[in-house]
Amino acid sequence: MTLPLIAIFGALTLLAAFLSDRIRGLFLFTLSILAVYALQPALPIRYLDFWLPTAALGLASIFWISLRGAEWHSADNLLSAAWMAAIVLILALTRFLPSAPSPLTPSMPPRLELVFAALLVVTALAALTGRVRFGWVHAVGLVALIGLLAILKSPEASLWAAKALRLANGQSAETASSFDIRWLGISYIIFRIIHTLRERQMGTLPEVSLREYVTYIFFYPALTAGPIDRLERFVKDLRAAWKPANEDWIVVVQRIGLGLFKKFVLADSLALMALNAKNAGETQSTGWAWILLYAYTLQIFLDFSGYTDIAIGMARMVGIRLPENFNAPYLRPNVTHFWNNWHMTLTMWFRAYFFNPLTRALRTRQFPIWLVIFITQFATMALIGAWHGLTANFILWGLWHGLGLFIHNRWSDATRARFGEWATTPLRQNILNVSGIVLTFHYAALGWVWFVLPTPSLAIQFFARLFGA
Amino acid sequence: MPPSFSLPRALLKGLFLYLAVVLLIALPLPDIGKLSAYNALFPGRPRLPFGENPSEAYNFSLFNLDAMFASHEISDGTKPADEFRVLVIGDSSVWGTLLKPDETLSAQLNASAPMVCGRQARFYNLGYPTITVTKDLMLMDYAARFQPDQIIWLTSLEALPLDKQLDTPLVANNASAVDALIEKYALPLSPNDAALVRPDFWDRTLIGQRRNFADLIRLQLYGVQWSATGIDQIYPPYPAPQTDFADGDDKFHDLRPPLDEAALAYDILAAGMNHVPAPILLVNEPIMISGGVNSDIRYNFFYPRWAYDAYRTQLAARAEANGWNYLDVWNLLPQSEFTNSAIHLTPAGETILAQNILNALQPTCP
Repeated sequence: MTLPLIAIFGALTLLAAFLSDRIRGLFLFTLSILAVYALQPALPIRYLDFWLPTAALGLASIFWISLRGAEWHSADNLLSAAWMAAIVLILALTRFLPSAPSPLTPSMPPRLELVFAALLVVTALAALTGRVRFGWVHAVGLVALIGLLAILKSPEASLWAAKALRLANGQSAETASSFDIRWLGISYIIFRIIHTLRERQMGTLPEVSLREYVTYIFFYPALTAGPIDRLERFVKDLRAAWKPANEDWIVVVQRIGLGLFKKFVLADSLALMALNAKNAGETQSTGWAWILLYAYTLQIFLDFSGYTDIAIGMARMVGIRLPENFNAPYLRPNVTHFWNNWHMTLTMWFRAYFFNPLTRALRTRQFPIWLVIFITQFATMALIGAWHGLTANFILWGLWHGLGLFIHNRWSDATRARFGEWATTPLRQNILNVSGIVLTFHYAALGWVWFVLPTPSLAIQFFARLFGA
Repeated sequence: MPPSFSLPRALLKGLFLYLAVVLLIALPLPDIGKLSAYNALFPGRPRLPFGENPSEAYNFSLFNLDAMFASHEISDGTKPADEFRVLVIGDSSVWGTLLKPDETLSAQLNASAPMVCGRQARFYNLGYPTITVTKDLMLMDYAARFQPDQIIWLTSLEALPLDKQLDTPLVANNASAVDALIEKYALPLSPNDAALVRPDFWDRTLIGQRRNFADLIRLQLYGVQWSATGIDQIYPPYPAPQTDFADGDDKFHDLRPPLDEAALAYDILAAGMNHVPAPILLVNEPIMISGGVNSDIRYNFFYPRWAYDAYRTQLAARAEANGWNYLDVWNLLPQSEFTNSAIHLTPAGETILAQNILNALQPTCP
């Protein structure tokens, strides 16, 4: 989000803070829908930057119906659905404004009849979904969502899809690029939807209205960079009566101020000196290579956690207490603690829906414990890497951390007793702790080499530079 | 939290503090540009900051002379006693467009490592990629504080048209420096010229100054990547300079023969030659002499033959009349030693030029 957009959404959220509970809910619902369009970047494929947000809303509606089954059509939900459709149509109508496209859409919306037809298709699919058994929707939905994410995260598949969409649109496929399909917040949207599908499957999902569900999936402070909240927790806040107290305003000002400072002052400044694909091959000395790497290590943390601070502060204005995503991850004494404090909501998601089930499955098959740990750590971290992008560099970054977690687990098991006997004084405990922090920080920092450099060969070349070659 | 906390009061206090900071910053902070991490945390740059693609060149253009010079290696401590300090002044051909730092004229001069007056000569690149003698004079005047023993000033006819002297962004955005030059050297320029940017009160507030402050910070931050990579310029593929002039145009800045000396800034050139406190070698820099269509009318993109020939005659006459140390190397190099323009040289061209300049230096030893 840019500074002007943060200012606009911040001002609107401030307004929402003073609305009555019922009106505030409707206001947040509306604002979240509008944000999906307003925050979507403009795309070179004609009308795609309108269709992608519309498809995201459609997906959310269809999956909500599947969660609710046959009991979805209350007056409140019908009104919410009508209101969503009305907003989409109003956005489409902005193409007739003299100053079109309006700031509400990234570019000119498509023709009204096409939008109307799309809404009819979504309605038909939603109605159909409501009649299908949840087990089917759950299985097909998971495959479809993961497949969609895989296409979007894979440069080759994205390029192929971009070419297909261009041809379907009557545009030249020659200029297609994998960046043609940048779907704002889709990784978070899909993970929230999968969370609700899994919780429904496990029977732990609360009953929510369409308005609540859509507000949860597209809640605008957390749309672009998380955190990934749990529906049950989010809806509890959304339903609660809310009148901000002074301490809430202090949190709001502190978190938004801190977030803006972290992102737009510190992180953006560090970006001017941080490691990137260009300067990695140009760096002439080991010392400067480390400085570029440290700059990137701090930049990525300050950038990401800055956005999280802004999201948490903005949400607090309207009584939503979004979960923390970072808790001083670079000050942790080992890789396991690092991952318990880095992008916490993402790791909790993977722990709940992948790591734990996989661990249980392997244990029931009587695998040796070290092998269970090896498989689960590496598989989970590879998937976390792939979530950032289905490319070798992200997967290697994930495997790097999988290796770190596995080694730490084995090392810690093997040496816990010995270190426990040695670290009997506060000084010795501090030595252990500080050494752990320094080692973990550097392990995480070196991991960013895989993450930020687009090819393994460039990363290896930079590792060589870091270690004196 | 204190029980007396009041949100409106807190917001009012915040607003007051904000306005105080924004307005107080309007008080003059003349030396802020001298605060620099260059020559302290990282090495000074071998040429003045300039560039239009910072993210790739790790360099960019700003207008704060203090900051520009503070980032330059010439600001690295005091002048050593055994150094014979030579400033090389000029346009983009001196700065070194399309040349790496070790290929510029100054670098080639340094590579020769001559001893002058019993001291080791060190040449500092103070070229800047815009072409007016007022800009050169401004930089030369500023650089006088660095105790030069000798100045080499490369110029060309394109630096002289009087009507463009204040149009250079670096000059236009340093109105107070231009005022001082006008007063000090009685230059034929008007301080009321509309090209000069004169900030009002609001321009001097934090909001008005935000770009300048950001530039100062960015200059420091790009120092890291400059130090890490040694890169201060990008080297894109470029087209060869124009050699065919099908339209046969023979105008030079709307001037017609004979070349009107009053339309040229010879007085500004003379101010530099006569008043800057160091001996100057004035060099009429090499230009490309094209052999294409209508090359009998034009030497190159910049110059019709009549104008350039008249300029050379006029400049030589002034140099002789004033006793200037003058070197005319206009036709020193073949067409093959120019890169993307009729004044930008290849590394080999710079080597040849450097040798000719070294031969022409007549230092005054104490």
